[in-house]
Amino acid sequence: MVDQLDTPVRSDIPAPKTKPRRSPDSTAGLLAKILLLGLTDAFAVYVLMALFMNEKWTILAVATAVTVLINWIYLRRGGLPAKYLAPGVLFLLVFQVFVVVYSGYIAFTNYGDGHNSTKDDAISSISMSAQKRIPDSPAYQVSVVEKGDVLSLLVTDPDGGVRIGTTGEPLADVDGAELGSTGKAVGAEGYRTLTFNELLGAQQEITAIQVPLGEDLDEGILQTADGSNAYVFKPVLVYDEAADTFTDTESGAVYTDGGEGSFITADGERLATGWKVGVGFENFERAFTDPDLRGPLVSVILWTFAFALGSVLLCFGLGLFLALTFNHPNLRGKKIYRTVMILPYAFPAFLAGLVWSGMLNQEFGFINASLFGGADIPWLTDPWLAKFSVLLVNTWLGFPYMFLVCTGALQSLPEDVNEAARMDGASAWRIFRSIKLPLLLVSTAPLLISTFAFNFNNFNVIFMLTGGGPRFSDTNMDIGATDLLITLVYKVAFGQGSGRDYGLASALAVIIFIIVAVISAVSFRQTKALEEVNS
Amino acid sequence: MSNSTLTPALKTVPTAPAPRRKFAVWFRDKGWRHLVGLVMGVFALFPLAYVLSAALSPTGTLVSASGLFGTIEFDNFVNLFSDPQKPFAKWFVNTLVVGLITSAGTVFLGALAAYSFSRMRFTGRRFGLMSLMLLQMFPQMLGVVAIFLLLSGISDVVPWLGLGSQTGLIMVYLGGALGVNTYLMYGFFNTVPKSLDEAARIDGASHIQIFFTIILRLVTPILAIVGLLSFITATGEFLIASIVLNDPDTQTLAVGLYSFVGDSQSRTWGVFSAGAVLAALPVMVLFLFLQRFISSGLVAGAVKG
Repeated sequence: MVDQLDTPVRSDIPAPKTKPRRSPDSTAGLLAKILLLGLTDAFAVYVLMALFMNEKWTILAVATAVTVLINWIYLRRGGLPAKYLAPGVLFLLVFQVFVVVYSGYIAFTNYGDGHNSTKDDAISSISMSAQKRIPDSPAYQVSVVEKGDVLSLLVTDPDGGVRIGTTGEPLADVDGAELGSTGKAVGAEGYRTLTFNELLGAQQEITAIQVPLGEDLDEGILQTADGSNAYVFKPVLVYDEAADTFTDTESGAVYTDGGEGSFITADGERLATGWKVGVGFENFERAFTDPDLRGPLVSVILWTFAFALGSVLLCFGLGLFLALTFNHPNLRGKKIYRTVMILPYAFPAFLAGLVWSGMLNQEFGFINASLFGGADIPWLTDPWLAKFSVLLVNTWLGFPYMFLVCTGALQSLPEDVNEAARMDGASAWRIFRSIKLPLLLVSTAPLLISTFAFNFNNFNVIFMLTGGGPRFSDTNMDIGATDLLITLVYKVAFGQGSGRDYGLASALAVIIFIIVAVISAVSFRQTKALEEVNS
Repeated sequence: MSNSTLTPALKTVPTAPAPRRKFAVWFRDKGWRHLVGLVMGVFALFPLAYVLSAALSPTGTLVSASGLFGTIEFDNFVNLFSDPQKPFAKWFVNTLVVGLITSAGTVFLGALAAYSFSRMRFTGRRFGLMSLMLLQMFPQMLGVVAIFLLLSGISDVVPWLGLGSQTGLIMVYLGGALGVNTYLMYGFFNTVPKSLDEAARIDGASHIQIFFTIILRLVTPILAIVGLLSFITATGEFLIASIVLNDPDTQTLAVGLYSFVGDSQSRTWGVFSAGAVLAALPVMVLFLFLQRFISSGLVAGAVKG
């Protein structure tokens, strides 16, 4: 299929000199083109406006450039290949290339729980969250009113003045307030007052309203618990802009910017909310020096290789054996055998992991309870047995694929070489070892490599069967004997136990990138698969 | 073809008496193959039989799951559809929607790219093919953190495209639409003679007419394979789906069914098994139906564990 390309290339695109005599597109085609481009542009404008409203200037610039580029590609006359490649490449660039680059960037930051935005956001978040009610502060009578989707507090001052404000917008005078019988303002022009039932239904939204008393946050903010009385709260932690420090108004402790994305006292006490900063190679260093991580990580890397290699060998070995077994010219029921052998491959992999985990359950599982007569074999909880089980299940899932591939490859082997060898008196085993197997390996080598790469990151089987367990005892992190690098990345980034650490997870992902890239570069050189491209 | 490749394994075959001679010959030639077939058949079918039996078992717990097909009742299937916390029917529809749109998009984007690589010569063509081959070495799930942050960024601007939306998930899947699929299709497109294109062009057909009316019809088998494989991949994908789809109402079967197991595994086992049977059945039927095409497509280069 590749050889055809080796013939001298005749340009398939009409050369510029032979200008098309007729319009290249039919009317219907032209209409479809206008419609599609119009829809795309309408969507682009919608996104650009949303970006403008959100003040995301960098992305706005990039998105504008992309929109212009798309229009240029489809509106100009030439450049046919770009017209066919653009849609796929666009998705590829955003969701694969950018993702790879972005992972690399995150790996060098402390992104994660408590460090997920800018320093300014962190400062205002700290100021807002550490609020305390001022003792003996006067009670303000309030009504909760709504305009659009925004809830505001309509406030009656203790001295009778009526003002209105909402989260982030300080109290301001209001016109046309409607006073109730007690002198409390109950409505305002342009606002709708919430009924008692609505107040009950929107408890959380109401307690979240924080109305600053004035432009300066230090004056305090109004908060209400019940929607009818509000009190003045003041921040416990006060930010001093000049010194860039937070001071605790009660204990007097001073928190300064420690340079690592959080405020910290001299004693090392840290405020929970921090911000994202670059940390250089710290995440990579941690992976190989942190005693909680170093030992387990080495085990995980070794097991990842063992698992990937073991899976390929077992699946290929079994698949090849079966292909040879059923490759008999007149074996009865051959078709039935083949169909049965394919079934595990058709079964969704994630379900297979879950089903086997039930079957291998130590106490209640079918294997122990029925096959081994009530034995208590810890299939999934003993480190070595768990590794064995994982390989067993992955073999169950993977051998049909190799069976199909080997059957196909066997049937395409030239029969005359085989005949010649037999004439020379070679034994069946000799023919297999010296002739069939080498020929088979040539045609299946690229598949073996990609199977290896696939199993290197075989998330589903591990996660569904053992969840990476049983856990190592020499670490506090959630790492276990059957964890692959990819499940480790997932646990570090989105795990339940310890906090989410996106920076570390991305650093691990980058390490996997490098390993896989080296392996594939080396193996591609070996199999010269890249030659196919050099047409 | 040699019939006795593995003779060393057959020492135990009885050989001495004359009437048994025939049997020995038969066994050496074919009999042992049936034996292998039987053993492997049990190995291949057993977990499937087990999950079907657990789905039909009335008690529906892991404890009772010993003894296959003891009693058959359909309670688990009824329960499966009656828990509002775990809306199985919705998951099923979600999975179909995500799978179908993803596979249709993948086939379309891949075919467009493969057509241009196969039929046009342009600067950067070889570089493009090479980059695709290298990029497919990096599975998307490795960038799961970046995908999560990217989508949460998109959520701030266009909520229905970001985190929690199936459109967002589909877009992520389409990010991997080129890569191996383009390769599969590219090889197949090359087998369609170019003289057909040229003849059509002389008759005045535009490139888009040639693409839709000539090429796509001739390469239907590979389109079917790529579509099916990407459907299976998209419906079975757990990692990214579990990160993106955080609301039970939008989840796919892979994410939803996983929530059946875990701590309460031994209690909800029957219901889970019922769900597993329903989830696997359509795919398996489709698979067996299209078996021949799939085998040839696999040999051409696609992978599953």
